[in-house]
Amino acid sequence: MTTTTARPRPQARPAAPLPSTLANGLARGAAEVKMFFRSKEAVIFTFSFPAFVLLLLGSIFDTGEAMPGGASMSQVFAASMIAYGILNTAFTSVGVGIAADREDGTLKRLRGTPITASAYFIGKIILVAVATVAEVALLLAVGVVAFGLELPTAPSTWLTFGWILLLSVIACTLVGIAASGLAKSGKNAATVLNLPVIALQFTSGVFVAISSLPDVMVKVAAFFPVRWMGQGFRSVLLPDSMAVGEVAGSWELPVVALVLGAWCVVGLLLCLLTFRWTERKAG
Amino acid sequence: MNAIEVRGLRKTYGGHTAVAGVDLTVAEGEVFALLGPNGAGKTTTTEILEGHRRRDGGEVRVLGVDPATADRRWRADIGIVLQTATDAADLTVREMVGQFAGYYPDPRGVDEVIDLCGLTEKAGARISSLSGGQRRRVDVALGIVGRPKLLFLDEPTTGFDPEVRRQFWDLVRSLAAEGTTILLTTHYLDEAEALAGRLAVIAAGRIVAEGTPRTVGGRDRAPATVSWVDAGGQHHLNTTDPVRAVTELAARGRVSELQVRQPSLEDVYLNLIGAKA
Ligand SMILES: Nc1ncnc2c1ncn2[C@@H]1O[C@H](COP(=O)(O)OP(=O)(O)O)[C@@H](O)[C@H]1O
Ligand SMILES: [Mg+2]
Repeated sequence: MTTTTARPRPQARPAAPLPSTLANGLARGAAEVKMFFRSKEAVIFTFSFPAFVLLLLGSIFDTGEAMPGGASMSQVFAASMIAYGILNTAFTSVGVGIAADREDGTLKRLRGTPITASAYFIGKIILVAVATVAEVALLLAVGVVAFGLELPTAPSTWLTFGWILLLSVIACTLVGIAASGLAKSGKNAATVLNLPVIALQFTSGVFVAISSLPDVMVKVAAFFPVRWMGQGFRSVLLPDSMAVGEVAGSWELPVVALVLGAWCVVGLLLCLLTFRWTERKAG
Repeated sequence: MNAIEVRGLRKTYGGHTAVAGVDLTVAEGEVFALLGPNGAGKTTTTEILEGHRRRDGGEVRVLGVDPATADRRWRADIGIVLQTATDAADLTVREMVGQFAGYYPDPRGVDEVIDLCGLTEKAGARISSLSGGQRRRVDVALGIVGRPKLLFLDEPTTGFDPEVRRQFWDLVRSLAAEGTTILLTTHYLDEAEALAGRLAVIAAGRIVAEGTPRTVGGRDRAPATVSWVDAGGQHHLNTTDPVRAVTELAARGRVSELQVRQPSLEDVYLNLIGAKA
């Protein structure tokens, strides 16, 4: 016996509610994290790079003699390198990642679906959070094992570490998203974005102790977040006696909060002004 | 209601006019092919209808809405297969289809879509490991997972081998049988002829002919060529009534190499796009 069933025409179905931005953002985040850790080049050459630099330069600076304040040069270096690690995962990786998403069609494909731009950003933020926590853990491990860095024990110090980390990540991610538009293509994004990163490392006292930098350089670098990120992490990971090595002779945590907070706002504004779904040449 | 209505569509890049006043109407449930050579303006037109590019002039309604100002609800009703994409290489086919299913209010089942697109064996494979044809089928899977009312296919079978192309045509036919409206661009005549109920030929940004594969460019009314060889040598006769010509010929006695040739879609097409064969 044959029964005929009316073919369900697509338009006959009742309109189901659109999925929420949060649910889609979490799904994007899961996909982003998977893609990041599955890409061997990204993990080896991008993610492990700061730890590699820390090992290399830390060993070169490891002269054995203590600096004024008691800690060794390589310990100061290990603390400052956290700033580079965050810059690497939050600013460079996000900037390069978005430029690549724009170039390989990821963004265009997403834009053709009902997903919201916010869900895409939630995905990036999840990726940054996971990658940054892993990066910082890796750098701390190298600092402790190779250079005798002592991790703080007081909860209040970890609290300080927490807010400096959070503000740094938000500021760097937002500026990274905005900066992704500077690169004309995904291919040259890494080059374009590494330029300010390298320049800021040197002028902000990450690769070189801030006390040995020329005055003008320090003044200019004070407008950018990296200097304050490095100073913040040194305040948490080094004994308080080391504050003598800072420009003001103290850790200046309120200024750290102020500058990083300001960069969060600036980053958000830059993002809203410059974010593009597609490459500049596409109509 | 028509699925697509376009009047006087224009688009220029710098000084170069890519689309110069295109009119198109695609009814609901129709498979419509936009046929044209490279650079004719197929992708530009399609991407304006998809909301991916801005137009410089003209009226556009897609599912009753202007794509330039369309919202999420509208996007849930359309499916897009772009001409090129190389994204998501490090995800598996099932992960990618599953992710996209989650973006739609009423998606098809993930395994159902994978099966429809002939990717069941590759469901667990990274997209980067797929062949060009398999990758293209992932594009199609992502385009139909949201159960679109209107599906855009921009040169979907470029680079397919003949067998895979046939399978793909079957997939398009089954989507059409479900009631999906399809706008297909192609530069393959056989594809337009096999799939489209109606087609338009586009060249240099203009629609130069429109109709069914049988009638486009006056193909049904164009003169046929009757040719034969007799004692006087080779003869060619252009006529709108080839049956009568052959009957008269038969009455005259023996001829050899008798041929009646009606213009193929290819003849009509090459003539239309100005590339004389
Ligand atoms: N983003 C763009 N910028 C500048 N010119 C473009 C762009 N996209 C297409 N064109 C030009 O517009 C014309 C039509 O291109 P396109 O729509 O891609 O044609 P088709 O898809 O039929 O091959 C071509 O001359 C092409 O070079
Ligand atoms: Mg094209």
